[in-house]
Amino acid sequence: MTFKKGTWIRIKRVVMQSEERTAQIPEDTRRVPLEMWVKGFAEQDGHLGDTICVRTLTGRVERGEVVEIEPVYGHDFGQFIPEILTIGITLRKILDGGEHCDES
Amino acid sequence: MTNHNDNQGYDAVMKRRNEIMKRAVGIDYAAFEFDNIGFDYERMMREVGYTLSEVIAIQRSQGVGNTPMIKLNRLTELARKLSPEGMGAQLFLKDEASNPSGSFKARRAAVAVYQAKKLGYEGVVAATSGNYGAAVASQAAMQGLKCIIVQETYDSKGQGQPEIIEKARKCEAFGAEVVQLTVGPELFYQFLIILEQTGYFNASLYTPYGIAGIESLGAEIADQMMAMTGRYPDAVVCTNAGGGNLTGTARGLQKRGADATKIIGASVDLSGLHMASDRDFNRKSFTTGHTGFGLPFATMPDRSDVPRSAARPLRYMDSYVTVKQGEVFYMTEALAQLEGMERGPAGNVSLAAAFALAMTMPRSATIVVQETEYTGAGKHIQPQLSFARQNGIEIRFGHPDEEVPGNSIILPSHPSQMKARPLELVQLRKRLVENLVFATAKGGKANLSDREIAFLADESRFTKTAVEKIIFG
Repeated sequence: MTFKKGTWIRIKRVVMQSEERTAQIPEDTRRVPLEMWVKGFAEQDGHLGDTICVRTLTGRVERGEVVEIEPVYGHDFGQFIPEILTIGITLRKILDGGEHCDES
Repeated sequence: MTNHNDNQGYDAVMKRRNEIMKRAVGIDYAAFEFDNIGFDYERMMREVGYTLSEVIAIQRSQGVGNTPMIKLNRLTELARKLSPEGMGAQLFLKDEASNPSGSFKARRAAVAVYQAKKLGYEGVVAATSGNYGAAVASQAAMQGLKCIIVQETYDSKGQGQPEIIEKARKCEAFGAEVVQLTVGPELFYQFLIILEQTGYFNASLYTPYGIAGIESLGAEIADQMMAMTGRYPDAVVCTNAGGGNLTGTARGLQKRGADATKIIGASVDLSGLHMASDRDFNRKSFTTGHTGFGLPFATMPDRSDVPRSAARPLRYMDSYVTVKQGEVFYMTEALAQLEGMERGPAGNVSLAAAFALAMTMPRSATIVVQETEYTGAGKHIQPQLSFARQNGIEIRFGHPDEEVPGNSIILPSHPSQMKARPLELVQLRKRLVENLVFATAKGGKANLSDREIAFLADESRFTKTAVEKIIFG
């Protein structure tokens, strides 16, 4: 996938390699690099996967690998959780249906 | 104001930490420190912060605060049904989701951004994965400053909590730049680089502005409860993480003279999960309001992103309780189903604790749940439970005491099982004294002055004699 200069893109960069990380962190975290994601306007034409510079909304320049072109928000309300549905039914039954505390 | 330093290596940047901070918050913290470990907290709050009426004026001009106090009739009725005869305190809820950014954090941000603008900064930076990011972004938009939010967002697989992803979206909706990082305390290093590079203001949660901003919340609680019930509340339950929420609220209540009101801190029990662990990061279903922040910040307040934190919760806390993740999710659904209010789970930590406490307090008593937060895609019990289930967390009904953080989320099979589990506050206060003395005393404990002992007594609410006994045995 290609993009033109000025396209809104998302880049990723390694801030610290695993061997550069500070000693006071858990072992599992120390084994992996510290990575950073930033969005901005592409400073040049390019392809997904290229390493280029972007200009962010505050005007900073950041360099990194292009991981998404015109990035979208993918979060939603998740999968159906059947347990949630029963909570209101139970509570309304206790409150309005005459259940007393001795049933607990 | 832009600054550039070519040496951006970790050690070099951390060495410049104090000068970067001094330029970025405009406070000389050393002016309030004395002897080896002493720190004049009240003088800092007086000289650097704003008075309560100034805070209120700033917030009113930005549409912040003055949120509704709502009587929770159906939840109170439920608590009474489940309580022994004569028990079941009346519950009230301060609906902080009505603030422009959707949480009480707008109060802190309003004052911090106002201060940044007054000092002539071009923009503000805040390091937060929580609602504070949206609050700073919203206030920066209103007051015309640029804004960068630095967030801990992903684990090493690039997987992020839906709640944090949503918070990033909201920051961007207000025109802020969001810098997202994987797990680890070195976020602070990146934060310092950005502060140095931009010359922006550090809109930290822990400056005197961030705390003074919450005093209006405590004052409003006092005023509204006086108007609605004819007296101040018996208890106010505050969700506790970094300690600022509780500190500011308690100070506001005190400024209104509500001295008899009990201040209760509440955190979600995430014991056993390490906050800097890549693996544990997505095994917790709460990104704030939990013991992973609450306990270390209470017992070592100055571990924050400014040299001296204005959030000092153990100065104000009358008791500190924990609730389970499953209980908070359950109460979030209860609030929607019985009170018709859909609010985000993290803000409902104090609601879960308050509901449990209501069952142990007389009917004539009043309890205020001190905040709510907005909800929506990602930031709602359904995506959070769905994400947990995808990550292999067991979700089922059962007894909340069976919950093991990181392995299971147990929804109560019956609301009477809801519990507020007290933490040993005396132990926490002792640990605070020890941390302040042994972590920072350069000259050793033998050199502590009388004034320093008095400072430790104020910090811990022990007598000076008790403080000396802790230190010298």
